Amino acid sequence: MLSGIPLFPEQASTLAPAVDNLYFFILAVTAFFALLVSALVIYFAIKYRDDTGLKVGAPITGSVPLEIGWSIIPFLVAIVIFVWSTVVFFQIIRPPDQTLEIYSTGKRWMWRFQHADGQREINALHVPLGRPVKVTFTSEDVLHDLYIPAFRVKADAIPGRYSSIWFTATKTGEYHLFCAEYCGTRHSGMIGTVYVMEPNDYQAWLTDGGITGGSMQARGEQLFQQLACTTCHLTNGTGRGPSLSGVFGSTVTLSDGRTVTVDESYVRESILTPQMKLVAGYQPLMPTFQGLVNEEGVMSLIEYVKSLSGSEGTAQARVAPDAAPGAAPVAAPAGAIEQRNEGRTQ
Amino acid sequence: MTTLAAPSPVNYLNVKTTVASWLLTKDHKRIGLMYMIVVTFAFLFGAVFAALIRLELTTPGGDLVSSDTYNRLFTMHGVAMVFFVLIPAVPAILGNMILPLQLGAKDVAFPKINLLSWYIFVVGFLFTIYALVAGGVDTGWTFYPPYSTQGSPSHVAATGLGVFIAGFSSILTGLNFMVTIHRMRAPGLTWFRLPLFVWALYATSLVQILGTPVVAITVLMLFLERVAGLGIFNPALGGDPVLFQHLFWFYSHPAVYIMILPPMGAISEVIACFSRKQVFGYSFVAFSSLAIAVFGFLVWAHHLFVAGISPYSAMVFSFLTYAVAVPSAVKTFNWTATLYRGAIWWKAPMMWVLGFMGLFLVGGLTGLFTASLGVDVHIHDTYFVVAHFHYIMVGGAIMGYFAGLHYWWPKMTGRMYNDMLASLSALLVFVGFNLTFFPQFILGYLGMPRRYHMYPPEFQVLNVMSSAGAMVLGVGYSLTLIYLTYSFFKGAPAGANPWLATGLEWTTQSPPLPENFRETPVVTEGAYEYSKREIKVA
Amino acid sequence: MPDALVAHAADHGHAHAHHPAHQHHFETMEQQAEAATLGMWIFLVTEVMFFGGLFMAYMLYRVWYPEAWAEGSRELDIRLGGLNTVVLIASSLTMAFGVRSAQTGKRMATVNWLLLTMALGLTFLVVKFFEYKHKYDLGHIPGANFHFEGAHADQVQIFLSLYFCMTGLHALHMIIGFGLMSVITWMAWKGRFSPEWYTPVEMSGLYWHFVDIVWIFLFPLLYLVDRAGHYQ
Repeated sequence: MLSGIPLFPEQASTLAPAVDNLYFFILAVTAFFALLVSALVIYFAIKYRDDTGLKVGAPITGSVPLEIGWSIIPFLVAIVIFVWSTVVFFQIIRPPDQTLEIYSTGKRWMWRFQHADGQREINALHVPLGRPVKVTFTSEDVLHDLYIPAFRVKADAIPGRYSSIWFTATKTGEYHLFCAEYCGTRHSGMIGTVYVMEPNDYQAWLTDGGITGGSMQARGEQLFQQLACTTCHLTNGTGRGPSLSGVFGSTVTLSDGRTVTVDESYVRESILTPQMKLVAGYQPLMPTFQGLVNEEGVMSLIEYVKSLSGSEGTAQARVAPDAAPGAAPVAAPAGAIEQRNEGRTQ
Repeated sequence: MTTLAAPSPVNYLNVKTTVASWLLTKDHKRIGLMYMIVVTFAFLFGAVFAALIRLELTTPGGDLVSSDTYNRLFTMHGVAMVFFVLIPAVPAILGNMILPLQLGAKDVAFPKINLLSWYIFVVGFLFTIYALVAGGVDTGWTFYPPYSTQGSPSHVAATGLGVFIAGFSSILTGLNFMVTIHRMRAPGLTWFRLPLFVWALYATSLVQILGTPVVAITVLMLFLERVAGLGIFNPALGGDPVLFQHLFWFYSHPAVYIMILPPMGAISEVIACFSRKQVFGYSFVAFSSLAIAVFGFLVWAHHLFVAGISPYSAMVFSFLTYAVAVPSAVKTFNWTATLYRGAIWWKAPMMWVLGFMGLFLVGGLTGLFTASLGVDVHIHDTYFVVAHFHYIMVGGAIMGYFAGLHYWWPKMTGRMYNDMLASLSALLVFVGFNLTFFPQFILGYLGMPRRYHMYPPEFQVLNVMSSAGAMVLGVGYSLTLIYLTYSFFKGAPAGANPWLATGLEWTTQSPPLPENFRETPVVTEGAYEYSKREIKVA
Repeated sequence: MPDALVAHAADHGHAHAHHPAHQHHFETMEQQAEAATLGMWIFLVTEVMFFGGLFMAYMLYRVWYPEAWAEGSRELDIRLGGLNTVVLIASSLTMAFGVRSAQTGKRMATVNWLLLTMALGLTFLVVKFFEYKHKYDLGHIPGANFHFEGAHADQVQIFLSLYFCMTGLHALHMIIGFGLMSVITWMAWKGRFSPEWYTPVEMSGLYWHFVDIVWIFLFPLLYLVDRAGHYQ
């Protein structure tokens, strides 16, 4: 009768076994303590039962060695769990260097995905098997959370910042994709399916779907022209704004002396609130593009800016992140998980 | 053993019987009873919402109510249970009843403020009832912006105001208790002779005083943002919705300790009495309460592990969360050791304690999963978390409340209840609770997110099990309500000390005199000196 | 309040003489005074935490948006703010004299000092009202009709939201304090206080000083952000 009930989720990413092993370890530890204490409680309650209510218990007041023992042992066990957990956590939040980049926005009540090649989909996400994929996303309205149980990954989508998850799928098939942060009426309808495909099938799917508007990079370039970004951001650095060649992934100094690493969040901020973190040596001339370009457009522009730090700019761009991997956030709103730079998507 | 003079026919219940004498009373015992009435009412509300939620979740398709209604159900369930049941249950009901008695005092330090707290609480509750009648609120009890400030079409402002107002009731109760414990102890009642329930209430007061004002101001900011359009958490202006989460959990995590510390104190009392033994490691249990209260303020961001906080601060908060687990473990081990070589009297309060031990154990240990950074990414905001905190809040706090209530009931009302029914009720609640919430751990690890009206069909079997368990749980609680109500009016007279327990509260008559004691008692020994006393057959 | 207590004490039929303000659940007057003092201090701790949430939000955004903070701060009138600071410090002094007079049993001096304290409190509130009105005229009230010319209008709105929350809450405390003072002054006028019992005056004094201290923090944090000539 119980055979039809799932008791354990499918492991479909490289992260899943890591999380599950940790889970089983904690399960074993907690089961041990739960059974030990329950057994003692039941044993004592039965063995020392007295239904007259007139006897008194033994005059025992306590034992310092025992107290110290059962403070230290749980603490040491907790330390082991803590260390292991932290190791797994950093695995979950730190994507490898080369990832397939997918962008997404959450909006009540759907997930939109955009592949670098330009393919778009709603409440469905096609990814290739065996290749690290990084999904960068934000929200257009309230809080959401992108959650794929089979991959054991999850992160909140917060309006105004970027979050990301990464995974390498290990099993073809269809998996649930949920919104895990309550977002109003149809929260439970903000779900979708992740399709893990053989790399060849994925390539076929990418080209099959009839892409409109070209790749994200091409769309970004187009926007870059349309919005007249080119008038100031000249490639030779003589414009009124800084040149964007090779800037992605580098560290720049701001007008107030702080430094910031140019990542997705910083580029986004610079487009929408250009006055907030001005690069040193430039005048606050840039107007805001809030309302002129939507989240998808911003993501395309980011892909384009990334492409400007392609092979020729990579060496320089990589210096900062390699020197201080996972450096603490310079600016808090930039989204703390988003502090690494992967260089350019291939 | 003190011989009692013939009980006075006048007690706090019958000294005056007009409605005004209740509504204007400054007697801590009457105020405690008045809290019990309001809290029981709120509990019934919350329970009805819970029943509807479980009924809805028996099918995956969301057939019973609309999504909007479902969202209102779980929100109102959370608001009613957290702010109007769990937080006031033990401190405001049992604390008010018992604390001055245990201290040998005539009343709390500020009786008028105590009455004021009750009125504030009722006004806060009425705002919440208004929000409910007007159409409910659908933000979840956590009120996260920007949904609560901009997106939600429901009555967030009225509910927020209700919670804000009720917060002051909690603050004033904490203040009152803290001053009472410092200044109103009977002669000879030194700190280390205090019953552990007093220590627990002291630690709770600390949390109420330091934490509740922060959530009050946070909810006020949220209220002003929604009503007047202020922009403190508005991402469109550059505001940070996550700041709200920090401020909210700075209170609301310690609030868990407001809920669980006083029941832990009650558990210590009951265990000592029904094991006829001193609580093992008295000072360790006492200080573990304070340690929990203090450490409790340093762990709030473990609710934000996937909310984009820096991974390094996540590490710190995870570590501190494991640190706070240690004093809770110490308490559990000490309770277990107290049973060793006791003379364990199987009476109803003890049955509730045994139930508490089992459920709190599971609740506490599953906290090790949620505190783990690596596992929490997967289980955050899933049914695993729902199950975990219900084990703590219902399995721990409510079971502890019932243990204390059954223990002190004869003192409060002067009457006994049916011990067999009470033990049966404890068993039903224990079984029903496990049936309801254990499957939710599995659902959570499978990946079912919380606050889902509809869910994928493969989760149905476990959900049906959970709903079936909820029915058993409902029967258990209803039974308690019935026999306790019967006992209040028709129960057999209890006598001053039916459990032959130690503690000053048992030296006065049941129900106590309006001024508690004929003359101020003088204390000459520590708490729980069962081994020194000779218990004679009456 | 004391009326009720006297009546209550009479009700209770105590044979022994005791002070009319002595509540019967306390053993002694000392115990009663100690409880009141401890209670008041704990209450002030809760007040600190209450304002603390706002200070936390202030700190976070000030670090994130230093320019906007400077810009918003320049909108505030440093002369009016400064005047109010002086007024409040003066009122703390008069309050302290009031408490001292009550302690030494000088009835009329207590009444006069308390009246002066109230007058200074009222001055503060009037000045604050004109500051608010000026903001209203300029459209600087956060919300749908917010209007601000400047490079960081959005973040200045956050600044002004916090400004109104913090000073508004402070003003509300002033108004409550004013109400307390009215009762205390009336009681002093009626001769209720004596060197044996002047707890209400002392407690109101503690409250009043606390409200002043909050302003001592608010003034530099809100008005003086950009006045040092250099900021990071």
